[in-house]
Amino acid sequence: MIGLDPTLVPVLGMAAQFVADLAIAFSGLFDALLALFPHGGHVPAVATGPAGGDDLLSFNLPVLVVILPLFGGLIASMLPGRDAPWAWACAVSAAVFALALKLIDAVNLAPDGVIDYNLGAWPAEYGIALKVDHLNSYIILIVALIAFLTTVYARHSVADEIPDDRHRFFWAVWLLALTGLVGITATGDTFNIYVLLEISSLTVYTLIAMGKSRDRRALTASLKYLIIGSIGATFILLGIGYLLMLTGTLNMADMHDQLVQAVNDPNFEGRRTLFVAFAFLIAGLSLKMALWPLHMWLPDAYTFAPSAVSAFVAATATKVGVYMAFRFIFTIFGGVYASEASLMALTICASFGIILSSLQAIRAANVKRVLAYSSVGQLGYIVLGFSLGTREGVTASVIHVFNHAVIKGGMFMALGCVALRLGGTEMRHIRGLFKRMPWTTGALTLGGLGLVGFPLTSGFISKWYLLQAAWAEGLWVAVGVVVVGGLLALIYVWRIVEAAWFTDPDPELQSLSVKREAPLGMLIPTWVLAGAVLYFGLDGGFTVGTAEKAADILLGLSGDLTGALGGAG
Amino acid sequence: MGFLGMYNYWMAIIIMMIGFYGVIAKRNLIKQVIALGLFQTGVFLFYVTMGVYRAADGTPGVAPIWKAIGDGFTKDPGPYDNPLPHVLMLTAIVVSVSTLAVAVAIIVNIKRAYGTIEEDEIIEAELRGEGPALTVNEMPSGVWSAATSAMAMTLTELDAEASTVGEARE
Repeated sequence: MIGLDPTLVPVLGMAAQFVADLAIAFSGLFDALLALFPHGGHVPAVATGPAGGDDLLSFNLPVLVVILPLFGGLIASMLPGRDAPWAWACAVSAAVFALALKLIDAVNLAPDGVIDYNLGAWPAEYGIALKVDHLNSYIILIVALIAFLTTVYARHSVADEIPDDRHRFFWAVWLLALTGLVGITATGDTFNIYVLLEISSLTVYTLIAMGKSRDRRALTASLKYLIIGSIGATFILLGIGYLLMLTGTLNMADMHDQLVQAVNDPNFEGRRTLFVAFAFLIAGLSLKMALWPLHMWLPDAYTFAPSAVSAFVAATATKVGVYMAFRFIFTIFGGVYASEASLMALTICASFGIILSSLQAIRAANVKRVLAYSSVGQLGYIVLGFSLGTREGVTASVIHVFNHAVIKGGMFMALGCVALRLGGTEMRHIRGLFKRMPWTTGALTLGGLGLVGFPLTSGFISKWYLLQAAWAEGLWVAVGVVVVGGLLALIYVWRIVEAAWFTDPDPELQSLSVKREAPLGMLIPTWVLAGAVLYFGLDGGFTVGTAEKAADILLGLSGDLTGALGGAG
Repeated sequence: MGFLGMYNYWMAIIIMMIGFYGVIAKRNLIKQVIALGLFQTGVFLFYVTMGVYRAADGTPGVAPIWKAIGDGFTKDPGPYDNPLPHVLMLTAIVVSVSTLAVAVAIIVNIKRAYGTIEEDEIIEAELRGEGPALTVNEMPSGVWSAATSAMAMTLTELDAEASTVGEARE
């Protein structure tokens, strides 16, 4: 069975062309709008043209990656039928992916590796400023890549799991979720982060609740996530409020400068406020990125969401949460307030998370649930890395953000193939999977090896850097946690691998046809990610190189992270 | 500012904490969502208060509008309230309303699927066992799995407690 309907190819082509035209039209519109504000002058970046070109497209790159899916989502809600909204979503996410690649290029070409974009040409202190550097463009690329692949992948899966009359809304919400995730990453304004965070969260709650036609527990999972997620976002809003009180600005870079100035002043009275802001932000961010013990929304949400949504959300949402943590802890609070104690608290939570959620992953009967608990554990590695506060630690953390997105995205996609053909992802569906769906089994196994950190997979590279970082810090407990976590991962991955390769299919499910592989439209994106697990395991040049640059940005801004400047509270 | 000078801040914190308590303690889904709204309202009050200006002698700030005098907008209005936090809260209120709308939509669906909006009854319905089990109930063979699953079983209880922990850590 061919995944892509032949009649659809010209439609896709036309849609892609239309999106490109739209992009150019939008940028033209923006320039026209800019001209209406005589006081604002021209945006500084115009003169040079970030990507070396001064055409409208490359100049407006940072904002285009955000507004394309925004308007694309609105248009998707008006398209009829099942395939048209999907084709449109493919075109939009492909365009976002192309723009994200261009953005990486533009950042590399920019003289200091930073692209500033002031919306409406208002100065950054007053207006909303987008600021894209090596870290942002890399996270945007991850989100756009996963979004593109899962959108292409999702056609059959969504047709199977979502009622026909809901498709256009599904794709509209999907693209809006992409808007939120990319927007959080592109912006340099803290309140903007909150708003876009809520856009992405509300849409993700909706997407998860869409799983209700398969299992009604999707509804309770979604509501639980909504309540916990809203509390987390409100904590973040409160933290931003305290920072606004102290500095009177919402722009991150400006906030950082003012805070550094303030804490250097011996008469500064807001140290306690600073501490409260930090505490609220860390608590809110931990809820959002599902750091143990605030992860309880995650397993249910990932288990009961539609397959394509699990793949998309698992690979992107918590990663963007980690990105926010980078920005708040390093870009804003770096050198201002980051005591050893608060970072140590994160290290402890991360270590417990790695061990305990791996144990729960071993015990789970639904394979999607195994992967969900494993996500909490893998997030522990990421947090463990940056909570060391060293360049090596942050590098390891940024590497693992990419590698884990690729691994987990690929594995959830493979499980979506299983759910499509066998109707579920329980252990009994996995049994004897190799005899039924060899390619899917292969992708699932490759991802599993990546989770364990098997040599030659990308998981090995991130674990290796993490071990080195913990070793260099002399944090033997952390070294032990990483090793033990790897062993526990081996157990839960082995359960899946053993069931898939070495057992016979469940007799109750024997009536299903003996060998029926998933459609190519699903297998190809799955194997692109499975191949990426291998590729980035053999050649870590891109991930490691970018991660080192990102770590320099994060720590360079703050100078001495755990310096004596803190001391609040 | 003394205790009374901070009146609005105290009220913001009290409203927030009432809401936070409700989210954790109430078992009715609608009540949880109401409490969530209350929690967010506390933050709105906090922001709005933050923007208000009071001079040392208690003179309130004015609206930040330049007054028209004679031939142009020349008169500085004097110390004014900061409009920025107020504007931010307009956005936050929209966000809060949208959250409420999504939550209520999900609760309507829960009512249709389960026939109840009481969390306890929903959990009971799940325990009665429609749908497959989420965790392995029988003790698996093998030393490794036996040890780990025993540990995990005690830890699930820990988790149930952990899910209610949401307050800020130091």
